[in-house]
Amino acid sequence: MRRSAQYTIAVLAASIVIGGCSSPWNDPYPANQVHGDIVYSAFTAQPKYLDPARAYSADEYVFLGQIYEPPFQYQYLDRPYRLVPLTATTVSKPSYLDSAGHRIAAGAHAAYSVYVIHIRPGIRYQPDPCFARTADGAYRYYPLQPGALKGRYRLSDFHHTGTRELTAADYVYEIKRLADPRLHSPIYGLMSGYIVGWKQFGKTLAAVYQDHRQGAFVDLRRYPLTGVKALGRYTYSITIRGRYPQFRYWLAMPFFAPMPWEADRFFSQPGMAAHNITLNWYPVGTGPYMLTVNNPNREMVLKRNPNFHKETYPRHGGPGDAAQGLLHDAGKRLPFVNEAVFSLEKESIPYWNKFLQGYYDRSGIGAENFDQVVRIGPHGHPRLTREMRRRHMSLSAQVQTAIYFYGFNMLDPVVGGYSRRARDLRRAISVAINIEHEISIFQNGRAVPAQGPIPPGIFGYREGQAGINPYVYRWAHGLPRRRSLAYARRLLAKAGYPNGRSARTGRQLVLYFDAVATGATDQEMLAWMRKQFAKLNIDLVVRATDYNRFQDKVRRGDVQIFSWGWNADYPDPENFLFLLYGPNSKMASGGENVTNYNDPAFNRLFLQVKDMGNTPARARLIGKMVRIAQRDAPWVWGYYPEQYVLSQPWYFNAKPSLMANNTLKYIRIDPKLRARLRRRWNPPVLWPLAVLGLVLGAIFAPAILEYRRRERRRPL
Amino acid sequence: MIRYIIRRALYAIPILFGVNLLTFVLFFVVNSPNDMARFHLGFKRVTPQAIVQWKHDHGYDKPMLFNDRAKGVQKITQTVFFQRSMKLFVFDFGRSDEGRDIGYDIRQRMWPSLAIALPTFVIGILVNITTALFLVFFRSTYLDWLGRLALVAMMSVSSLFYIIGGQYLFGKTLRLVPISGYAPGLHAFKFVVLPVVIGVISGIGASGRLYRAFFLEEIEKDYVRTARAKGLSEMSVLFRHVLKNAMIPILTSVVVVVPSLFLGSLIMESFFGIPGLGAYTLDAINAQDFATVRAMVFLGSLFYIVGLALTDITYMLVDPRIRLK
Amino acid sequence: MSVPMVLPFKLVMLDTDFLLYALFAVLIVLITRVRRNASLRQTWRRVFERPGAMAAVVILAVYAAIALLDSVHFRTALYAPDGAVTGYSPQILSVLDILCAPLRLHTEHTYSAPFAEHALVRETVMRPGGRVQRIFPRLIWGGRGLAGPFARTRDILQRSGRGLVEALLVWLMLLCGVWLVREGGRDPRLAWRRLWRGDSKLPWRTFWLTTGLVLLIGTVVANLAVEYHVLGTDQVGIDVLYKSLKSIRTGVVIGTVATLVALPFAIVLGIAAGYFGGFVDDAIQYLYTTLSSIPGVLLIAAAVLSLDLYLGQHAREFQSVLERADLRLLFLCLILGITSWTTLCRLLRGETLKLREAEFVQAAVALGESRARILRRHILPNVMHIVLITLVLDFSGLVLSEAVLTYVGVGVDPSTYSWGNMINGARLELAREPVVWWNLGAAFIFMFMLVLAANLFADAVRDAFDPRFHRSS
Repeated sequence: MRRSAQYTIAVLAASIVIGGCSSPWNDPYPANQVHGDIVYSAFTAQPKYLDPARAYSADEYVFLGQIYEPPFQYQYLDRPYRLVPLTATTVSKPSYLDSAGHRIAAGAHAAYSVYVIHIRPGIRYQPDPCFARTADGAYRYYPLQPGALKGRYRLSDFHHTGTRELTAADYVYEIKRLADPRLHSPIYGLMSGYIVGWKQFGKTLAAVYQDHRQGAFVDLRRYPLTGVKALGRYTYSITIRGRYPQFRYWLAMPFFAPMPWEADRFFSQPGMAAHNITLNWYPVGTGPYMLTVNNPNREMVLKRNPNFHKETYPRHGGPGDAAQGLLHDAGKRLPFVNEAVFSLEKESIPYWNKFLQGYYDRSGIGAENFDQVVRIGPHGHPRLTREMRRRHMSLSAQVQTAIYFYGFNMLDPVVGGYSRRARDLRRAISVAINIEHEISIFQNGRAVPAQGPIPPGIFGYREGQAGINPYVYRWAHGLPRRRSLAYARRLLAKAGYPNGRSARTGRQLVLYFDAVATGATDQEMLAWMRKQFAKLNIDLVVRATDYNRFQDKVRRGDVQIFSWGWNADYPDPENFLFLLYGPNSKMASGGENVTNYNDPAFNRLFLQVKDMGNTPARARLIGKMVRIAQRDAPWVWGYYPEQYVLSQPWYFNAKPSLMANNTLKYIRIDPKLRARLRRRWNPPVLWPLAVLGLVLGAIFAPAILEYRRRERRRPL
Repeated sequence: MIRYIIRRALYAIPILFGVNLLTFVLFFVVNSPNDMARFHLGFKRVTPQAIVQWKHDHGYDKPMLFNDRAKGVQKITQTVFFQRSMKLFVFDFGRSDEGRDIGYDIRQRMWPSLAIALPTFVIGILVNITTALFLVFFRSTYLDWLGRLALVAMMSVSSLFYIIGGQYLFGKTLRLVPISGYAPGLHAFKFVVLPVVIGVISGIGASGRLYRAFFLEEIEKDYVRTARAKGLSEMSVLFRHVLKNAMIPILTSVVVVVPSLFLGSLIMESFFGIPGLGAYTLDAINAQDFATVRAMVFLGSLFYIVGLALTDITYMLVDPRIRLK
Repeated sequence: MSVPMVLPFKLVMLDTDFLLYALFAVLIVLITRVRRNASLRQTWRRVFERPGAMAAVVILAVYAAIALLDSVHFRTALYAPDGAVTGYSPQILSVLDILCAPLRLHTEHTYSAPFAEHALVRETVMRPGGRVQRIFPRLIWGGRGLAGPFARTRDILQRSGRGLVEALLVWLMLLCGVWLVREGGRDPRLAWRRLWRGDSKLPWRTFWLTTGLVLLIGTVVANLAVEYHVLGTDQVGIDVLYKSLKSIRTGVVIGTVATLVALPFAIVLGIAAGYFGGFVDDAIQYLYTTLSSIPGVLLIAAAVLSLDLYLGQHAREFQSVLERADLRLLFLCLILGITSWTTLCRLLRGETLKLREAEFVQAAVALGESRARILRRHILPNVMHIVLITLVLDFSGLVLSEAVLTYVGVGVDPSTYSWGNMINGARLELAREPVVWWNLGAAFIFMFMLVLAANLFADAVRDAFDPRFHRSS
């Protein structure tokens, strides 16, 4: 028995040693991938929706952006962001019609705008079972024979695949899906206000579903949607009400990607959903990659789509791009990388540690690692630390087109309303909440304090003295300075709460902060928040709930002060200003105006600004709107977060884009360099084990001595 | 024996029914299907129609426990409870509130759980027995005293510290194993080593002490004295007699957990990113996925009951004097 | 004209406060009863004869005292400019908060290491002329009074020295006090020698050593904590020592209240099942088998999630964070009690079954004593040792489970100071560079001491009370 144990140990040790030769001990990937042309990254939670009509979050777009191709895309390198065609031939301008349907001039009042989009011929879908046909031309997997699903729980269990050319009708099909009341697309509400015939289509479908089995396939091609038509094999048109110049940006999002009807029919077959095979789980697209492994418990894998159409790396970029090597691959055929492996990594710590070991290619920089990675230079510019430079990491930093803020519910009797008192109270709080401090503690300086709703990089943002919020900041020595606490206290007294106590009743002012808090780190944030209000002697009661309940409370207006964030859908100021547009009120209409702010002058200006081109006149009007909002202080403006991304030395062509989500195809890596560096960075440290052995030996030595002593003493 | 097992199985039914009812009531006392629908749809997709449809799709549109609009037996069967909870008895777990087939996920995820739980269990028992024997051999010497102190100290440390410390030391600092993750098949070895070692070490304190008590109880029995008087060495006394007889309480104390090994460890799996059933349960708890939580509670209870029955059977097997009644 | 008397504070009784007081009261009653009962006294003597148990009791007493101090809650009065009391502050404080006022109030901006003078994290500062620099800013409180760069070590030594002297004085005073009271001050040299050599039935030497050590740590830390953050500060600059001290109450509440709330059920149902048998027995057995067959964590998770939903729906009813958190703590205790209740119930049932057949019970039945009287006079006192053993054995397990449950997300409220919350937060801190270890370390030490003491004490109690185990060790 003892011998066999020794043998096992020897085998184990040998296997470790042999394994150690090819890849480091702590390599989490299979040994045969060591030199693979593979990008490694992670996902934190299983994406809920991989259906382009339903997905609307960044962790879903990471996948969908590489698979589905809408007609337009953002130019990869140009800034400011610019739309270029993807499957379309050009980025077409809309033509405007009056209510009778006659073409009118660009400046006149338009009843309708029509987008006509031509797509390139010859684009084909990824190989997929839904297109597979038998020798006689019939669909192989439709209809499925009873029992054909037995043991099939993955799409790869269907071995035959096929493909088909992309047509304009596929785009029309997808837009109809957006209007499908069964799918609850997140932009259903928004689009119903724009696309002609939307609601009627929804009603037609609802009637159709009355006499269909739940989940059964309904061929949307048979039901017309007036505003969206295929005009030929490669041309389709979308008619929208009035003017909505921002609509073209939506055409660069996966919502407007093509959907082959075959896929819808294939996945709607009875029994498929119960076997986890759904369209929501297995995307079918024309993009550079296709999802080949979808195991939300462990990993998702994107592989190169063999049918991908010809697309080349952009030849021109912004200033400085060439110097950074971003034009090295100009004109080369996309994509570069064969595969992208996404591993499930729920927490940031293991992700960061594995990144440092070279097992992930890119990483954001969390607050807890900031000082390990970045030093702020004398002029406020971030620089890598020596350790990171030694590893030849590269850093990119940019302010995101997003804003995090604290909202006051404007319908609240205490903090809301437009009276002098309420305004002073809100301004006092705005001054007291030290955003710079928050950025320093919780973001490690990775954010810019916000002066208004529009972040840098979006038209209408104003730099310098002209842009500051005079109610919270003053301009001194070339920089905005937060007004003093004494100033805030004076405002508070003016609002009727000298030293935090009501002048009328003498009772302490108690305010309520609603927040999403689930973990211990949130707790620190909340403690900090209470401290900010305590500076004004206001008692802040935190009502923390989970994310969903919080959303629901905001929807019902059952909040007083709360934190919120907004990330741009597209690079236009309208996408931020509409957060303060009265008719968009969350409570009244379910819109995105979460504070229910409503100022007639602001609303009027919004309607004016919305449809304008980016002219100086527009900038002036936006300035006016921002000033109105700053005066009323419905938000504590918070900050615009900065995004710091660290890339490994073997990772090329990475240019952070806040708009484009189909960036994987531009990425190139050097697998040889990666394998070498991984080996260099991960030598196992063994001496502590030896020490441990010695310590254990030291413990057991007296035991052995004792045992021998006893044996000797044992009476015979 | 067979009659015993049948009776045991029959007895399990009302218990599992109670378990189901309890979980059901606990969940729906404060939660309503409307809340669940809102939660799972996500705030951007919540509309009254969407909620109605979600409830319909997931079978939450019926009355909870009693349907007074239906007729006859259907008063009971046409309810959320019956439709969603009673099917568990035939191992039809249905689909999770996220829409995935629970049975499939469980079958997929029990292997990683087992890959950690089983070695931890077996190696753990061996190590604990060795430790206990060691202490008993040197009983009433300073080694025993020191060892006992160490065991008390070890069991006074929260398991979280073992995990956090182990991951930090072996994964990050010494780079001996991957920090987290999992791979199927033989590749699992390097991912499993650390959790198993940590699992074994964190169990030594409590179990080592318990086994030591078992051994000491045996060692004072007459037959041991006789054996020693016959001149057998202490070693052979311990191994041949004491160990053999003390195995009975040891086995019967561990057998109850054997079936539950499938369910894995909640914390270990989530720390090490092992896609097992423990992490599955934890995710379901956090995502308020009632269907999955209910399935796991059911399985947990079932395994526990099976474990109890196994314990009784083990008693009978190792000690024929005990009759099962 | 009479002036209404107004106290400068208003007591606030939280639910768990009440339970802790109740527990304490019960403890005092029990101790007095034990002192009167000769055989019980004998058994308890056996517990205290062990030096380990003696030391453990001292430590446990310290923890209990801190927990009790932290359970006297009040609001302070608010004064109008003319000195009249206009109301009470919404902030609820405890006596411990007042005693540790410097710890509570000396908050920094963010992380700082133990005994540090500078923050751990760089902060962006604007130099005159618009130059931006990231420096380690000086702490607001930590090492505030230090003159120069090399003053710290000396200052620490000085303060520790003062603490040492204070501890020694208090210790000697206590020692003399006890000597005077118990021995009337006779024979100091003999008394000292007896103590020194450990020459007494009960291990008084251990007692005094432990007390001395606790005193020493207390005074030294108290001396240092005024000037430094002895255990550093956390992300928002709260003193970690303060957090650890505040966590003691949470740990003690969970360890004791959970069993306390379950005790009546376990005793009543367990004895009823054992004594009455038949249908009652079946029903109770069914109940506890069902409850115990549900995996504990899942039951707790389901219950706590339900509570969360409830709290979310009734958020307006809770005026303060503390009350809300307290409800959650109480609820957690309840549900932990329910899960741990079944084991005790089963044990009591078994013991009662045996006792029912015992001669003295049979005799009482034959004498026509009422059932209630039999249960109260004969059964209950004879199963109390099981209750006691379970109580002390469960304590450490419950304290440990708090941390795990909090990690899983179904433990105490995130705003409650608890070791679980500290550990949970500390995970991120280990990934920092430089590593922030003091949060984790503090939680480890404080928790370890409590659990270790509890385990040692539980061992002694079990050995003394359980005849089966007594024999073997």
